[in-house]
Amino acid sequence: MMEINLTVNGERLTWAIRPDASLLACLRQNGFIEVKSGCAEGDCGACLVLLDGKPVNSCMVFAASAQGSSVTTVRGIGTQRSPHVIQESLAESGGVQCGFCTPGMVVAAFALLRDNPDPGESEIRRALDGCLCRCTGYEKIVDGIRLAAARIREIESAAGEQSDE
Amino acid sequence: MSDVVGHSVTKIDALALATGEEKFVDDFDRPGTAHAGILYSPHASARIKSIDTAAALAIDGVFDVLSQKNVKKVVHTTAGQGFPEPSPYDTAMFDDRVRFVGDRVAAVLAASPALVRDALAAIRVEYEPLPPVLDYEAAADPAAPIVNEPDSGRGPFSFGDGKTRNLAAAVSFAIGDVDAGLLQADNVFDRTYRTHYASHCMLEPHSVFTFLDERNRLVIYSSTQVPFHVRRICAAVLDIPIRSIRVIKPRIGGGFGGKQEVFLEYIPALFTLRTGRPVKMVLGRKEVFVSSRTRHPMRIRMRSGVKNDGTITAIDHDVLMNTGAYGSHALTVLSNAGSKVLPLFNKVENVRFSGRTVYSNLPVGGAYRGYGATQSVFAFGQQIDMMARAAGIDVVDFYAQRHIREGETSAIFEALGEGKAGVEMTIRSCGLGECLRLGAEAIGWKSKRGARLSDGPRVRGVGMVGLMQGSSIPRIDMGASSIKMNEDGSFNLMVGATDLGTGSDTVLAQIAAEVLGVPVDRIIVYSSDTDMTPFDTGAYASSTTYLSGESVRRCAEKIKVQIIDVAAAMSGKEADTFSLAEGNALSGDLSIPLSAIAHHAFYRRDQFQIQAQASHVTEASPPPFSAHFAEVEVDRETGLVKVLDYVAAVDCGQAINPLLAEGQCEGSVVNGISFALTEEYLFNSRGAMTNASFGRYKIYSAADLPKIRTILVDTHEPTGPYGAKSVSEICINGPLPAIANAIFDAVGVRLFESPFTPERVLRAIEEG
Repeated sequence: MMEINLTVNGERLTWAIRPDASLLACLRQNGFIEVKSGCAEGDCGACLVLLDGKPVNSCMVFAASAQGSSVTTVRGIGTQRSPHVIQESLAESGGVQCGFCTPGMVVAAFALLRDNPDPGESEIRRALDGCLCRCTGYEKIVDGIRLAAARIREIESAAGEQSDE
Repeated sequence: MSDVVGHSVTKIDALALATGEEKFVDDFDRPGTAHAGILYSPHASARIKSIDTAAALAIDGVFDVLSQKNVKKVVHTTAGQGFPEPSPYDTAMFDDRVRFVGDRVAAVLAASPALVRDALAAIRVEYEPLPPVLDYEAAADPAAPIVNEPDSGRGPFSFGDGKTRNLAAAVSFAIGDVDAGLLQADNVFDRTYRTHYASHCMLEPHSVFTFLDERNRLVIYSSTQVPFHVRRICAAVLDIPIRSIRVIKPRIGGGFGGKQEVFLEYIPALFTLRTGRPVKMVLGRKEVFVSSRTRHPMRIRMRSGVKNDGTITAIDHDVLMNTGAYGSHALTVLSNAGSKVLPLFNKVENVRFSGRTVYSNLPVGGAYRGYGATQSVFAFGQQIDMMARAAGIDVVDFYAQRHIREGETSAIFEALGEGKAGVEMTIRSCGLGECLRLGAEAIGWKSKRGARLSDGPRVRGVGMVGLMQGSSIPRIDMGASSIKMNEDGSFNLMVGATDLGTGSDTVLAQIAAEVLGVPVDRIIVYSSDTDMTPFDTGAYASSTTYLSGESVRRCAEKIKVQIIDVAAAMSGKEADTFSLAEGNALSGDLSIPLSAIAHHAFYRRDQFQIQAQASHVTEASPPPFSAHFAEVEVDRETGLVKVLDYVAAVDCGQAINPLLAEGQCEGSVVNGISFALTEEYLFNSRGAMTNASFGRYKIYSAADLPKIRTILVDTHEPTGPYGAKSVSEICINGPLPAIANAIFDAVGVRLFESPFTPERVLRAIEEG
């Protein structure tokens, strides 16, 4: 066993871990069960989290290598008490069916819209390329992200106008 | 109508899922939970000579090992169907025979997943390998090794004919005289088609969590489509009373038929019964591919004759289905290959269906969205295209002129049932004509068909297919619900129905809300808990909206009567003057809030709980109809097929929630496209699957796809709740034939074997 220090969703934590344990396994063992395991082989994207701001499949990262890092899960992006626009938009657009892939989709969408506030359809589809969904056919996920992007731009332009005043 | 039905209400669990706060089976835990894992056979066929578990049990933290040495052999079927199951009883939890690479040999229970791996590696098994059957088309040869024999003495049905080797099931029927009909034809098409193994690829792997509750009852959390069948089958296999088991289905990460199978729950349950420990068992992705269930491969020989005027003179449909090592759904998927396809052209006078299902030493088939129709319509849809072309009729018109219509029937409905005779049925709603018209218009059929636009080696083509499915299994499936009213005018709706991600909890809430005149958020849904909710056969056979939905409607109608009776007693007005709307009981100018009515019933006079229950069994299985149109681009040099545009026009009756209905269609279509073009099980010479991962078994991602367009064509099905039929399965059947027909339109070659990989397409082009 070894000890690591890291931050998850803003909370500073110390974990005792096996050196060969994946970040996914350690997150789930420590209560971050919102991170889902669909394949544990880096192929499906259900376990996507932000590691120091970058989207990674947490099943493919040794927890040990997250020493000193900051991890954001889907609950770090928003909760039902304080949902993120992406989560609301996906729900309203029909982009959530079984919802098992959704935590990864939300993380992928968050990273996309942070870097590209007005993505085209093909940019959205490329950003989701690592995230598999078997329920929706992706149409309504793409719709939800497009809706979220528009809402975020609206919010930001309203905030911009306010600060101009 | 209505405030609620027909509106795209947001799925009631969507936000909780999008924030990761909803719980799936693997998200439940209890102190001291142990982990279970399975040891699988490396041989396609072998006898187990000995199993030595001593070294595994000697490891610190390994609690128990199960195998045929210490588990009573209870022969059963894992097909999670209603009782009596129309599938052969041919499976045991552990047997001294292994029948495919991936068959289970033993299971271990240990303190951690890592210790499970250590323990599995420490089990010593001595096998006597036997010659396997790896080519199912040769399985019925008198000289073929025996894979499995259904034990009809122990199962509720008799299977096989007592003489054909490796026969798991057979079904046939005929009307008219097919041979005479073929002789009358100007053109006869006699073609043989082959479809392939596929995995459901639900994102959540099969998961089970078992423990003993405070009163020593066995609790099973399962990612299942059939909680009540899980309870029944586990009770039988574990030889304990049904009353000692509680099955709970929390949120489920997709199923598509793969979670109709009851093959896992009893293993962790037995560990819990033996050790008293909570037990978690979650399959790895490779286990899901190899050792859970698959889509049955089929070889279909279809002979059909057509006159020059377009009259179809005969259809001869011969199916050989591969069920792998065990006969899960061996009879019913087979019969659905006929019953969900052939009635579409009900005026054909000479029709014959002959089906056989055989065992092989390969992965096990099972229920998979589309359920035999997917395979069968690959042949049927291409034969129709050939016949229309031979008669010089546009295939869209060919369908429009000949498809089954309202007021008509088909002899096949009665001939082909599910383990017994079917049910005679007259079609009461059919929007296929409108689907054909709107779909053709949307894809640009008239201008694109036969145009063969090309860009270098890349040629475009369009193809289509007409489809039907069913809605529940008539006189077999049953759905039940109960409702009780709360003081604030809200309602608890308890349903046995199983939401596996489809949104059925929301759809059922909408139906209740519509009857009761309240917004959906006044309906608190609780589903799929064998202790707390009424019975339901489960989420399969496209049944939940149509069947369970009607039970909810009837139940809510009973509640409505009770509410109005109280309102009448409170006001002194006649009951028949009242209606319910916007959370009130209304009579003329009088408006009584539901909360006041509930208060009155609870606290004032003649107190009682406003509550009701209702069950529903159907007399019909009204088909939804659909027309699918694909535009593809075929690269003549590489054989690569790209789908450029796809339109699915669907008649699912009244869509209770159009957004969710569209989602069912889009998900099915994408699964179907990926099945048609890339998904495929690859086997080595020993019968082992060689591509059991998402990395090597390609399912489509968002980036691979064009926009999929869904057109909902509303009809009104008089036997369904608010006119609804089913929507969940039908659209998976379209892509295989529609894309095959589009490839032919582009490059003039037919594909008889799926999937249409570049290699197969190129070979077909080269062979001309």
